[in-house]
Amino acid sequence: MPSTLSRRYILGRVSLYGGAILLALWTLAPLYLIALAAFSTRQATFQWPKPFLPTDFSIDTMQFFVNSRGVLDSVRNSIIVALLTIAGSLVLGAPGGYALARFRFRGKEGISLGLLISKMFPTAILSIPLAVTFLQLDLYDSLWGVALVHIAMALPFVIIVTAGIFVGVPRDLEEVAQTLGCNRLQAFLRVVLPLALPGLAAAAIFTFVISWNEVFAATILTLRNRTLPAQVLSGLNDSPLYYRYAGGFFMIVPALIFIFLIRRYLLNLWGNIVR
Amino acid sequence: MAGIRFQSIRKVFGKTVAADSVSLEIRDGEFMVLLGPSGCGKTTLLRCLAGLEHVDGGRVFIGDRDVTDRAPRDRRIAMVFQSYAVFPHLTVFDNIAFGLKMQGRPRDEIKRRVEESARLLELTDFLKRYPAQLSGGQRQRVAVARAIVMQAAVLLMDEPLSNLDALLRLQMRAELKRLHQEIKATTIYVTHDQVEALSLGDRIAVMQSGRIVQCDVPMNIYDYPANKFVGGFIGTPPMNFLPGVVHANGDGPTVVVGESHLAPAPAFAHALSAKNGEPILLGIRPENLTLAPNQQANTIRARVRVVEPLGSHKLLTMQVGTEISKVSVAPDQRVAPNEDVWLHFDPEKIRWMDAATGEAISATVE
Ligand SMILES: Nc1ncnc2c1ncn2[C@@H]1O[C@H](COP(=O)(O)OP(=O)(O)OP(=O)(O)O)[C@@H](O)[C@H]1O
Ligand SMILES: [Mg+2]
Repeated sequence: MPSTLSRRYILGRVSLYGGAILLALWTLAPLYLIALAAFSTRQATFQWPKPFLPTDFSIDTMQFFVNSRGVLDSVRNSIIVALLTIAGSLVLGAPGGYALARFRFRGKEGISLGLLISKMFPTAILSIPLAVTFLQLDLYDSLWGVALVHIAMALPFVIIVTAGIFVGVPRDLEEVAQTLGCNRLQAFLRVVLPLALPGLAAAAIFTFVISWNEVFAATILTLRNRTLPAQVLSGLNDSPLYYRYAGGFFMIVPALIFIFLIRRYLLNLWGNIVR
Repeated sequence: MAGIRFQSIRKVFGKTVAADSVSLEIRDGEFMVLLGPSGCGKTTLLRCLAGLEHVDGGRVFIGDRDVTDRAPRDRRIAMVFQSYAVFPHLTVFDNIAFGLKMQGRPRDEIKRRVEESARLLELTDFLKRYPAQLSGGQRQRVAVARAIVMQAAVLLMDEPLSNLDALLRLQMRAELKRLHQEIKATTIYVTHDQVEALSLGDRIAVMQSGRIVQCDVPMNIYDYPANKFVGGFIGTPPMNFLPGVVHANGDGPTVVVGESHLAPAPAFAHALSAKNGEPILLGIRPENLTLAPNQQANTIRARVRVVEPLGSHKLLTMQVGTEISKVSVAPDQRVAPNEDVWLHFDPEKIRWMDAATGEAISATVE
């Protein structure tokens, strides 16, 4: 008996790790190939068959990309838009999350569900009416306009995630602060906020990644004030292969680094809103 | 200056009535103990007083102010939470100092007062630690220190010593009593520990499912429980109950328990005569039963089941008819399991109760 049990255990382990490795390869292989191309000479990108090891390392390609017209401006634009998105979605979303976490009110389940459903709505359908409205409001081709759309896209995520974070801060801590002389706001600022801060930071970083990677709305709503993904996309058809590799790499890296930093939180982020 | 008055407080959670028209008056400087089984509404009552729970009916007064609609911070109370609620992001020092800082006290006063209450609760060595680095009992002491450092006019403590070991608990109990005599804050103290209740309370309020069933000085609660519930809840072991039937004839009433006739104390003669032929409940505390060498007046045949030597006394578990009774006897009493003995009932110590309602029958005052 014990031997069959342990054989089943080993089999389970092997298939688990085998599956995990396959999944990891599925994601990592393209990343590796992009990085390889981005750090080879420009000519090397055209080689066939491609070498799987970095034979001729060079920052020539990356330099070319970074110095291309419009790239640095678009990076600056992307950062501005992402920061506006973080600020806007946290200022609007965190109070919503707090309300979902702390209060019982009519329609609470409906709101939670509605937030999730809103994520299913395709941006593509919205884009033309949005572009028209933005033209009328004089928001077209402005970073504010893009940031507004990104805030709208990030908001459901931020509300649900911050609700999970606030649920994790016990209510009695807030109550005991109130008996010790705090009003509700002071109790929030002195007790809840410090305890929620790591989680909120993780949510902010994830919001940054959402905005940094968003390409569709950014492309449609801007003309000259491109964000980085919009800039790369708009020139995609006329640009050489090595430019595309370098651009891809350049866009992936910040997202990768940030996700790596907050990986511990990501698993908890979609915490449930306990009633 | 800071007496407390609950006036018909009602609090409902869905279908649970956690406070059912509770009225209670606590004098300025009084130490009131709330005692009752789990879920009877003790914490709810404290939270209504603290302003953390919105009452569904009734009014709360502190001093002569109606505070029913005031925020917690306007009520000049300090509270020890049952869950401790120690701030995890602050050191022990900053936890205790939190309320004083909110009051904007000068730095040296904060330091002096924090260190003083830390010394009282033996936390001096832990002031720089974070709560995660403390044991459960140490955390609980931080919660107590954080409340008493405020020297509020009203101090609410929800089972503040529940997680301490027996020795520390004994010591802290004495400290709290001394502190109370010093500061004279009006105190409401929730506990499950009856010794704590009897030792600390000026008065004890016994609660049962959202109501206060008896509120009196500790010895009256112990000696004259208002009903079967109170008698059966207080005392370790609690009061024994035996069913009987009243027989009234020319010479005054007797109560038939099993095959014996017990003569009630003269004060009860009138009240019991009125219940001729009715069933009745006899309540008596284990220490008021004695073993008699032979059949006498007011004795009942009983069989010893278990003998537990407990140091200061022996605890006997007795079979009396179909009922089980606990008897506490001197440690040198010679008694063996399965021995048949005579149990003597001290008539003055018997608490007679209505068999149907469980309410105590009051003596006739001459
Ligand atoms: N927030 C709440 N929501 C719903 N029911 C509640 C809530 N708080 C308390 N109750 C209910 O009210 C009743 C009284 O609860 P309370 O906490 O006052 O009991 P307690 O006497 O303090 O018990 P314990 O000795 O176990 O602490 C219980 O039946 C409890 O289930
Ligand atoms: Mg309680």
